[in-house]
Amino acid sequence: MFLVAALVLLVVVGLWVRALYRTPPDHDEAALRRIGRRWIIGGGIIVPGVSIVILLAFGIPLGHRMLPLPLPGDQPLKIEVTARQWHWDILYPDHGIVSTDRLVIPAGRAIDFHVSSADVIHSFWIPRLGGKIDAIPGRTNVLRLRADQPGHYRGQCAEFCGTGHAHMVLAVEALDAAAFDTWVETQTP
Amino acid sequence: MTETDSRDRLHADLEHIWGNPRGWRALSVVNHSVLGLRFMGTALVFFLIGGILAMLMRAQLAMPDQRLLGAEFYNQAFTMHGTVMMFLFAVPMLEGLAVYLIPKMIGARDLVFPRLSAFGYWCYLFGGLILISSLFLGIAPNSGWFMYTPLSSAVHSPGSNSDFWLLGVTFIEISAVSTAIELVVSILRSRTAGMSLDKMPLFAWYILGMALMIVVGFPPLILGSILLELERAAGLPFFDVARGGDPVLWQHLFWLFGHPEVYIIFLPAAGIVSTLIPVFAQRPIVGYRWVVLSIITTGFLSFSLWVHHMFTVGIPHLAQAFFSAASMLVAIPTAIQVFVWLATLWTGKPVLRLPMLWLIGFLVVFVAGGLTGVMLALVPFNWQVHDTHFVVAHMHYVLVGGMFFPLVAGLYYWLPHVSGRMPSEHLGRWGFWLTFIGFNLTFLIMHWTGLLGMPRRVYTYEAGLGWDLPNLVSSVGGFVLAIGIATVLLDIALHFRFGRMAPRNPWHADSLEWATGTPPRAYNFASQPDCATRHPLWEHPGLPDGIAEGKHWLATVEHGRRETLGTDPVSGKVREIMRLPGNSWLPLVIALGLAVVCISLLVRSYPVAALAALASVALMLRWSWVNGLHPALYDESGAFPAGAPPLHPHTFDGPGLWGIGVTLLSNASLFLALLFGWFYLWTVAPLWQAPTTSPLPATTLLLAGLLLTAATLWMRRIVTRLRSGTAARLQMQLWGVAGLGLVHVAVLVQVLIAAPLSPTRTAHDAVITVFLGYLLLHAALACVLAALQALRVRRAYVGQHAPYETVIVEKWWSYTLLTFWLTYGCVVLFPAGWGGG
Repeated sequence: MFLVAALVLLVVVGLWVRALYRTPPDHDEAALRRIGRRWIIGGGIIVPGVSIVILLAFGIPLGHRMLPLPLPGDQPLKIEVTARQWHWDILYPDHGIVSTDRLVIPAGRAIDFHVSSADVIHSFWIPRLGGKIDAIPGRTNVLRLRADQPGHYRGQCAEFCGTGHAHMVLAVEALDAAAFDTWVETQTP
Repeated sequence: MTETDSRDRLHADLEHIWGNPRGWRALSVVNHSVLGLRFMGTALVFFLIGGILAMLMRAQLAMPDQRLLGAEFYNQAFTMHGTVMMFLFAVPMLEGLAVYLIPKMIGARDLVFPRLSAFGYWCYLFGGLILISSLFLGIAPNSGWFMYTPLSSAVHSPGSNSDFWLLGVTFIEISAVSTAIELVVSILRSRTAGMSLDKMPLFAWYILGMALMIVVGFPPLILGSILLELERAAGLPFFDVARGGDPVLWQHLFWLFGHPEVYIIFLPAAGIVSTLIPVFAQRPIVGYRWVVLSIITTGFLSFSLWVHHMFTVGIPHLAQAFFSAASMLVAIPTAIQVFVWLATLWTGKPVLRLPMLWLIGFLVVFVAGGLTGVMLALVPFNWQVHDTHFVVAHMHYVLVGGMFFPLVAGLYYWLPHVSGRMPSEHLGRWGFWLTFIGFNLTFLIMHWTGLLGMPRRVYTYEAGLGWDLPNLVSSVGGFVLAIGIATVLLDIALHFRFGRMAPRNPWHADSLEWATGTPPRAYNFASQPDCATRHPLWEHPGLPDGIAEGKHWLATVEHGRRETLGTDPVSGKVREIMRLPGNSWLPLVIALGLAVVCISLLVRSYPVAALAALASVALMLRWSWVNGLHPALYDESGAFPAGAPPLHPHTFDGPGLWGIGVTLLSNASLFLALLFGWFYLWTVAPLWQAPTTSPLPATTLLLAGLLLTAATLWMRRIVTRLRSGTAARLQMQLWGVAGLGLVHVAVLVQVLIAAPLSPTRTAHDAVITVFLGYLLLHAALACVLAALQALRVRRAYVGQHAPYETVIVEKWWSYTLLTFWLTYGCVVLFPAGWGGG
């Protein structure tokens, strides 16, 4: 996507610069009009039109796959996240585990985060795992993520939420399935 | 008398009528050239303030864990940077440019509502000063320039920081909307003789598009600000979930304004490009109609893609796909314009002067910004980079590229018009390259910072996240950019003293603004030319001399009043002569009154606010008094040759009718936003609470509606009879209408007092209260206007011979009636049909 965009930019700017320095041959009025129409319809309608169709054809199904739809087989793990100024409250409803500003997840398994807020609007985001979703008072938004590799990740608030916004960080640790089960056992009251 | 003598005499007479006073009386000036320059000068000062805030932020972010600015000040700084650049710089700067240029480009002597230009300027200045003062008081708005509630609510922002934003910005928006209304009517009704729509300069098309978008696009935010301020000050819970409101409603209202805003800024800048490119390519633009079509398409599309700012809010997937596609579609009209410009250069003989250099800079930066914009419209990508520095980089590419670069090109291009001197080529090139390199150094790498996961609006960051180096580069670039802009400003300042004198029409341009003197006189044209071509100065190089010698329209001055031609909106055929009011203190005094309202609301001293508001309204009515056949504008002694066009007060379709039309369009946009809010809360608010039986008495309201209907029909009958030539008992009838309306107002007041509404307990009752207040204000004003008309009939300012104002007042009545029944249907009937409530 970035390469294509860079290419488009180079071509358009290149054409402009070329237009500035070339000496145009003498055309009659009809030829001029034809040249103009060719540029406008070709560059202004066809090229962007086709690009948009391609982008959407590729983007909309991709967006659809990111939705928290029912999965065949292994069900996603449900985790409730409640944001408040300036902390993350994490609840594992299936296990009754609670924690603050620290999130432990199993690697390789889909997780549905049910995100809400106790005060102002925040946004739940673990950049290396994918998209973000807003935490809005009165609503619960669901975001499905999956950590492919075990390891440490950094989560943070992405919607400005006041003086503590820059420090509203979530420490994320992804464990492999066995390690996660052990962790759950040590945490379960 | 020789020809030179009579020419000098004509100019001396016109100067006597139109001249601008000096000294303290200059504050009463209503001339569009002066006000345009004031708008631009003031916007420049605010731009510098916004720039200093940006420099402070870049200094803070240069290194990780810096302690230069605290979180609190940083939050105020970025909120104010965005607010100042959007509301105090970009829009007023471009409106100022339009106010200065439009009448000259369309061959008119002034804008059609000169006092409104002055009023718009003073509102802008005072609103801006109030907003900026909060920075020095240390209580500047700190919730981000889009003021998301509940962060900006009374609970989470108890200080008056948010109030400064809500009240200050609303004040400034009054200015933006009133100036836009004036521009629309001027472009449509005051083009010089024979300038049909398809002969109009493209710049005027762009400004028409911009102004209409302001007229329709700003009211949703004005409504949002009023609602949020009501919530903060009076506890009406529109956005509070617990009491049936919804904070997401604010986001909808904000972005309903916010996205068109981007195109409001881009369109006039693109207008500058479309004006300059043909001049420097030395040939007419290729595809005039394509450009007009793009402007119109952009205008409509831009109102259908606001939701792309809210993809992470949790919007249904189908809606996301729709708004994603709409957001990408808007690339097409933009691409058409880019290729129109390219084709014009391709087939012309371009000369690379300084303004052209800025246009190339514009192209590179803007196209890059547009491409990242298309990426952002893709939902999965948006979820990743939304609210990161990637978005910050994108919007600076679009806004600086799409607005600032063309603006500087335009400033250089029109400088000789203002000063009569040419800008330097040398220092100007330094300024350009420093700005261009500095800008790209700052923002190109910022895309990368965003992709690395740095969210926006953080006042600091930890070391070791990979963000250190790109941030340092951005900060260094930021300072290069600042030096570049300082160089440009220095160049412009020096040119006023050292620039060589400009010849007439120095760039060999085609449009009428170069047919005025440089610098121009207050009346622009000693006589208004016929103009039936898109390129008057290319086809008639001698036109400026003919204009100055008084060989065209309106070269008579014996009446001693300000005049400009009123023409048909489509064909440009001369319809009437418009008499324009002269200098007045009222705009300044009324704006001061509104400033008092604004400040007393800030310090919560409501009685003072109410008094000042009443005083301002009274003064506005006084303003309306000096109109039509008032002696300040009209004298019967003036000799009118037979067959000359009539004066506008004698017609049924003067500029005022168009003015009220556009004003009501704006008003309707606000009302529709309110209806949207009502239905939105009704269907989406998570804890919506509607009572089982409506708190409003349906029968009493029906009675009120019938009274209003009767009064409005009576008003319409008066107009019909005026049109057919009968004005019998006009005064009595107008009193009758006002009286009937007054009974309606009394019933409404009774409903408001007696109905069991608890506006602070539920959003449901709060919205209903706002509806009732809206209806009440409109009906009360309708009565006052009808009564004033009756008084004016007594003075013979209005009557069979001068029906112009009654037609306008009738429109207000009809609008009031329409909104009443719409409200009745949506607030009284709809809930009953819905089942309960």
